[in-house]
Amino acid sequence: MELYIRPDYEIVRNESRCTVCRVCERQCANELHFFDPATGRMRADESKCVNCHRCVSLCPAHALKIVKTDDAYRENANWEAQTMHEIYRQANTGGVLLSSMGNPKPYPVFWDRLLINASQVTNPPIDPLREPMETQLCLGRRTVKAERDEHGRLKDTLPPQLKLSVPVLFSAMSYGSISYNAHESLARAAAELGTYYNTGEGGLHRDFYKYGKNTIVQVASGRFGVHKEYLETAAAIEIKMGQGAKPGIGGHLPGSKISEDVSRTRMIPQGVDAISPAPHHDIYSIEDLKQLVDSLKEATEYKKPIIVKIAAVHNAAAIASGIARSGADIIAIDGFRGGTGAAPTRIRDNVGIPIEMALAQIDARLREEGIRDNVSLIVGGSVRSSADVVKAIALGADACYIGTAALLALGCHLCRSCHTGKCNWGIATQRPDLVKRLDPACGCKQLVNLITAWKHEIEEMMGGMGINALEALRGNRLMLRGIGLTDTELRLLGVRYAGESL
Amino acid sequence: MREGEFRNPSGCAVAGVIDRSGRKMTGADMIAAIEVMHDRSNGLGGGFAGYGIYPHYKDFYAFHLFFESQKAQEETEAFLKRHFEIVYASEIQTRKLPAVSGEPVIFRYFLAPLPRKLANSHLPEREYVARCVIRINSEVAGAYVFSSGKNMGIFKGVGYPEDIGRFYRLDEYEGYAWTCHGRYPTNTPGWWGGAHPFGLLDLSVVHNGEISSYDANRRYMEMFGYKCTLQTDTEVITYIIDYLVRRQGLTLEEVSHVIAASFWSTIERKKEPARSQESLLRRMFPSLLITGPFSVIVGYEGGIMGLCDRLKLRSMVCAEKGAKAYISSEESAIRRIEPSLDKIYSPAGGEAVVYELYRQGGRA
Amino acid sequence: MKIRANGMHYAALNAAVRDSEETDIEISGCGGQRYLGAGLADRKIFVYGTPGNALGAYLNGAEICVDGNVQEATGDTMNGGVIEVHGSAGDATGYAMRGGKIFIEGDVGYRCGIHMKAFLSQHPAIVIGGRAGSFLGEYQAGGTIVVLGLHTDGKPVIGNFCGTGMHGGEILLRCETLNVALPAQVRAERIEGPGSEESAALIREWCARFGRNAAPYLQAVYYRLTPNAENPYRQMYTPN
Repeated sequence: MELYIRPDYEIVRNESRCTVCRVCERQCANELHFFDPATGRMRADESKCVNCHRCVSLCPAHALKIVKTDDAYRENANWEAQTMHEIYRQANTGGVLLSSMGNPKPYPVFWDRLLINASQVTNPPIDPLREPMETQLCLGRRTVKAERDEHGRLKDTLPPQLKLSVPVLFSAMSYGSISYNAHESLARAAAELGTYYNTGEGGLHRDFYKYGKNTIVQVASGRFGVHKEYLETAAAIEIKMGQGAKPGIGGHLPGSKISEDVSRTRMIPQGVDAISPAPHHDIYSIEDLKQLVDSLKEATEYKKPIIVKIAAVHNAAAIASGIARSGADIIAIDGFRGGTGAAPTRIRDNVGIPIEMALAQIDARLREEGIRDNVSLIVGGSVRSSADVVKAIALGADACYIGTAALLALGCHLCRSCHTGKCNWGIATQRPDLVKRLDPACGCKQLVNLITAWKHEIEEMMGGMGINALEALRGNRLMLRGIGLTDTELRLLGVRYAGESL
Repeated sequence: MREGEFRNPSGCAVAGVIDRSGRKMTGADMIAAIEVMHDRSNGLGGGFAGYGIYPHYKDFYAFHLFFESQKAQEETEAFLKRHFEIVYASEIQTRKLPAVSGEPVIFRYFLAPLPRKLANSHLPEREYVARCVIRINSEVAGAYVFSSGKNMGIFKGVGYPEDIGRFYRLDEYEGYAWTCHGRYPTNTPGWWGGAHPFGLLDLSVVHNGEISSYDANRRYMEMFGYKCTLQTDTEVITYIIDYLVRRQGLTLEEVSHVIAASFWSTIERKKEPARSQESLLRRMFPSLLITGPFSVIVGYEGGIMGLCDRLKLRSMVCAEKGAKAYISSEESAIRRIEPSLDKIYSPAGGEAVVYELYRQGGRA
Repeated sequence: MKIRANGMHYAALNAAVRDSEETDIEISGCGGQRYLGAGLADRKIFVYGTPGNALGAYLNGAEICVDGNVQEATGDTMNGGVIEVHGSAGDATGYAMRGGKIFIEGDVGYRCGIHMKAFLSQHPAIVIGGRAGSFLGEYQAGGTIVVLGLHTDGKPVIGNFCGTGMHGGEILLRCETLNVALPAQVRAERIEGPGSEESAALIREWCARFGRNAAPYLQAVYYRLTPNAENPYRQMYTPN
């Protein structure tokens, strides 16, 4: 007999409002709402509820709400209900716990302990609505010696760079982990915004080749969908070495999720598991990374910047320094709060370090070694707002990757059940009836709205600091002060405490 | 606290003059000009740079030093002896004034790098000298090199600029170009090294405004061996110009397209080759874009350059009269020393104004 | 076109190959230049010497013939074409290859055919004359690997952990007895002959390329390794 696990949430139905229209029943892929012919009323099996709020949002009578259960175990600060449930689940199945989305544990969020500066008297703030304000930037290698041609003009010896109109890109999410419509929304939004989305490791769907100049394609250990045309279509190529949600862990898309379309995109047979182990088996050492970087450059005739993405781990600064000497043009760093379509719970919740610390240390190390211009830095792993973006850039990032925030803009309610493949919002699913719930035109619009709003906010904050170009904010740590931080945290972040003038 | 231990936002007055025919003038005119702008300073810093003032020692690096103690001087002189031949050394002659007090010991040395030391360093001569300056300033407590070029000198201190000029007896020096600075710091620096101009080799910079890109610029420059010990905008601007001109080989106009780059939207409307050259410079050196208000006058061997930030948040006027050219925060300062001008205008934000000695105009 | 590669940087050598107006290219004096033929579709390249790592990476239909040994990651992420090696190959040969064929006259190192996969009409193949190192066909998801076992040093035809994580495709090992341990998820079956016309064709092609009589190889005993459908990697995860 299995151990009973009580549901965490209760569905509260206002019977006086419910018209028994059965929308909730039709909307729930977890099939928990049902009509009870005996009473003529709707009922629900709460053990199936993931609290995605689909039924609440779509109930035309506003008859539903979901509340946290007040059923309580005997209180124990050490053994919380979630901890107990996890034991029960493993005792029932013998399985490795599998979770989705980012680390939900109450670790410190350093973004929230950094405060931004503003100008007063000694130099002027700038009104971003009326005065020029530049949020555009280029990503890539910048190390050059000024060289001149026969007319004495400077020669353009810069390697290829990515041009962005705003310092935000959509991070890697594969077709397979998210739906066709989610990908289309991201691709269209990236094109409209003048930024980039990232295919993740699942290949690039034929339909989306037309968005190539706003596409970053990924090369992961499984090399799914990687071929000459794929590489050539993209604006840049990202080598995925790690992911913040699961450092040291590979990907595994079960055969059941390999639909015909996904199979064609990944270029693997239908129904066969797609396994991408943690390491690239041609990279067991830093010099092997250089080999993969160079082989991709050679295959694309040196026309594409190469990004190397790593998870933020303890030794991130030294690793990044190695990558910066390996021919990579851009390093993407993914913090331990980054999202995922599925990761072992223990890994997600316990492995890696916060992106703020990794970024501060990597930027400082690259400067100490005089190689900061070798690479641009993109950081992700829970960038939640324009303020996070501004703080990241002031700490030293060139731009930010957003994943979870982008999914939220598409309608995700962060129920963290992506691994079930039954996303009621049509995002993390391949079920056609669910996928069609996400209209790419709406999805695109919502993403464009989000980033446009962030851009305005970034401009407001920059203007307040008297800065009118993003490059003057990058690494400008004097614009930050810490609050509620220890001396060690301040030292690692390279910022002063709030109230401390320089 | 002294300069370097905290960041001291300052407002200022700047002025500069050059006789492009190479004819010499005393520092008296500059003192008169800066005095007109008295209210842009607050008595907490003033200084001058004169070019062509040491014709008899023009082949030697002229180091001007502040010493706070006997020990600092001994240590510095030992260092100098290890790295240079000291051709001539003396205290700088000053005039005692009630308005100027608390001065340190001020010395001048004319130096030539020791040939063997220089050869062993595998460095170009100017880089060798620059590194020696940076070493004394960061390593010898109580000693500070505030001028290190050939045939030029910086004179500065705490006080109103016109008093500082008289204190240093600049009416007795003759040069073909002068720049000067009156400072309005928000905090009391209490240290003479914190006054401006700031210089490295023959490069000197006077600057007005507080830049908002400071830490982005500073952290970038420190990658290349510069140490921003004073934490002033002027210091980092000097290093940026030194890096771009001396180490990257850019022209001053190109430098202006880096530090006061046009907006991308403006660049896109420009004609070739300006469009591609300016956009290339922005892409090559994005971390050296300076934002926030600034107006600077850069002095160097054979010329002066005026430049404002790209939004033109600080005032600057340029004027010409015959071979003489003037740059100043305010027109009134120029009119004081040359009432009838051939031409006077305000350069656009980001527009570099360069006045140099005529090619065949006399001195090299 | 003939190219003397002595001391040339790989980027220059590859550019010369790419920019050549002739399709047939002979490279002599090759010594360590990497990524030869990377991504190429319409070239026939003959290489004398020792090419560097990742020979024929992302190969897209071109043919490469090497007179000598090749190093690591030969045919990395290859999509189509042929690599023929008159010698032995290093580690990770045919990594993630999705199409085309690799023929090795001698032995291969570790992790040959790792991540090899098939797709629609693309059925990649690696035929090895000698023996293969450990982790042969690791994570194999499709395609065919044949090891003929012509080596004479008396060692087993494969090393350890063959087919670890294998979930598709097949491995054919020519040997009388298979005295190595295999993972539980791999099924081995003893067969007379290569088992299918496709495999027989591969063996015939290998023999033709390296001047051998195919008859004895077509009649030999093989062990055919496939994923064990009765014992897959499953029940590992519990939704949380």
